[in-house]
Amino acid sequence: MAAKEYLFEGRVWTITDNNKQLIPDIDTDQIFHNAYLHITEIEKMGQYAFDNLEGWKDFSSKAKPGDIIIAGSNFGSGSSRQQAVDCFRALGVKLVIAVSFGAIYKRNAINSGFLIMIFGDAERAVSAGNIANLANVGVDLLSGTLTNVDTGETFQLMPFSKVQKDIYDNDTLLKI
Amino acid sequence: MKTVIEKIFQTHSKEEIKPGNIVWITLDVVSARDFGGPNVVKNYRMFYKDEKVFDPEKVFFTFDLTVPPKTIQYANNQQICRVFAREQGIRVFDVDQGIGTHTFIEEGYALPGGIVVGTDSHMNILGAVNCFGQGMGDVDITFGYRYGRTWFEVPETVKVMITGDPEEKFSAKDLTLKVLDVLKTDKLLGKAVEFYGPHIEGLDLAGRITLLSMITEMGGIVGFIPFNEDTADEIRDLNGLDTMPDEVRADEGAHYCEVVEIDISGIGGMVSVPPYPHNVKRISGLGKVKVDFGFIGSCTNGRLEDLETAWRILKGKHIAEGVRLAVVPATKEVYAEAMKLGILSDLMDAGAMISNPGCGGCAQGHIGMTGKGEVMVSTGNRNFPGKQGDGDNYLVSPEVVAYSVLNGYISTEEGV
Repeated sequence: MAAKEYLFEGRVWTITDNNKQLIPDIDTDQIFHNAYLHITEIEKMGQYAFDNLEGWKDFSSKAKPGDIIIAGSNFGSGSSRQQAVDCFRALGVKLVIAVSFGAIYKRNAINSGFLIMIFGDAERAVSAGNIANLANVGVDLLSGTLTNVDTGETFQLMPFSKVQKDIYDNDTLLKI
Repeated sequence: MKTVIEKIFQTHSKEEIKPGNIVWITLDVVSARDFGGPNVVKNYRMFYKDEKVFDPEKVFFTFDLTVPPKTIQYANNQQICRVFAREQGIRVFDVDQGIGTHTFIEEGYALPGGIVVGTDSHMNILGAVNCFGQGMGDVDITFGYRYGRTWFEVPETVKVMITGDPEEKFSAKDLTLKVLDVLKTDKLLGKAVEFYGPHIEGLDLAGRITLLSMITEMGGIVGFIPFNEDTADEIRDLNGLDTMPDEVRADEGAHYCEVVEIDISGIGGMVSVPPYPHNVKRISGLGKVKVDFGFIGSCTNGRLEDLETAWRILKGKHIAEGVRLAVVPATKEVYAEAMKLGILSDLMDAGAMISNPGCGGCAQGHIGMTGKGEVMVSTGNRNFPGKQGDGDNYLVSPEVVAYSVLNGYISTEEGV
């Protein structure tokens, strides 16, 4: 088992609309459209991440490994497709933070050892400009702390559950 | 004192079932579709090699999305599943069968008090037969194939009371959209729900399927409606079983995290206006919307009762010029029944094209997509941008699709 990181820094993408508000209810067809569901190789999935989300269709060409996404409520609602998680993994996205997640999306991320965190106050923090797009943030998974490295301001996220940590430590549910 | 979901979990777990607890539960049926299925096989071979699935009698593939496959890639993916199924002795409900969840009801695999999981986010329609159905991704299902169990955070349960005294006629879909309009996507997020009240408890099985299928669009886990005096017989008529487990009902005094009352007095013909399902309006306030394409089918409205509803309206008439209508029965059984009753030929005479059973019309598979500027009226459950093409997709009942393709504009019995 590879040693796991619980503390890291990265650049954030705040998934907002034209009014700088986090977009709620981004569904799996906007994250990874059903036209690409024949793809089973993770490395081919990255190019389609957000390619059906207005304003974010070029996300895959801008994202860099280690980036962090901050999204609105009910992120990943819709279908059960694992590809909606795997497309971010393919791009090297380190973590998706959202106000809340669709129930199946949450399971899919946790079970495949992909990092997600819940940030109930994200809408306010983003619309008030306390976390700007492309800001650098630090994350402490175990205490659930998010720090804006540029300003020093910290925010409380919901900490990891035991099952989430167990699966993350083992890479995937399939190694448990 | 437990809610329905808590009682079902309790019979499938040794741990304490309390909302918020993460517990391990056993699974009665684990399934994968032609989307997700090949990924399950890939995961399985990578992590479990030649090991056997936990119980080949409880593990299935259901091909319902691109049926039959329209591209070589989809054909290859389905064949990957078939080869694995032969090795493992697993049953495949193949491309002729129709929608997997409906097949599980008809074949008696989804039963009261049971737990059925699969790579279908509308697995929760099984709540209509008092079964906990849960959609999952391919990692989850791979683990389920091998071990027949999974972890689950016990959800809280919301109690919804449907009250009021509607003057106008309404369908199960109108009621569904009304409930979606009130609950939106946040009230039920990550929660189970129990519905009570005469209007909802009076629904037939097809109507229950309609409503409970859209718990997904409300963000919920699963919904339950107490059986009425006919519900168990309706289920047995489909699955042919002589005996069936009893319905699981909530205990008196069970704890609900919230009680919501929805007064449906003002309900009429309802429509979900794109770009998202919970953007619900009354058709009477919609204005004139020209229709290009009508679709009757899906796991939400693909039962025989739904086809019959449209047939009663369209029989002996013809849809408006320049409008297309597609009808996709949910399953082979529905298709066969509708054929015997003459429903399909009458619908064809009215101008409909009839497709083989499956998820066509929702999934990007059969019966085509809409082009930019086109308007689709659909009995499906999702209208997110791009889901069924570049056009706009309005979600309505089978009645409204039928009247709309007749008139050429979104309409109810009262007209445009």
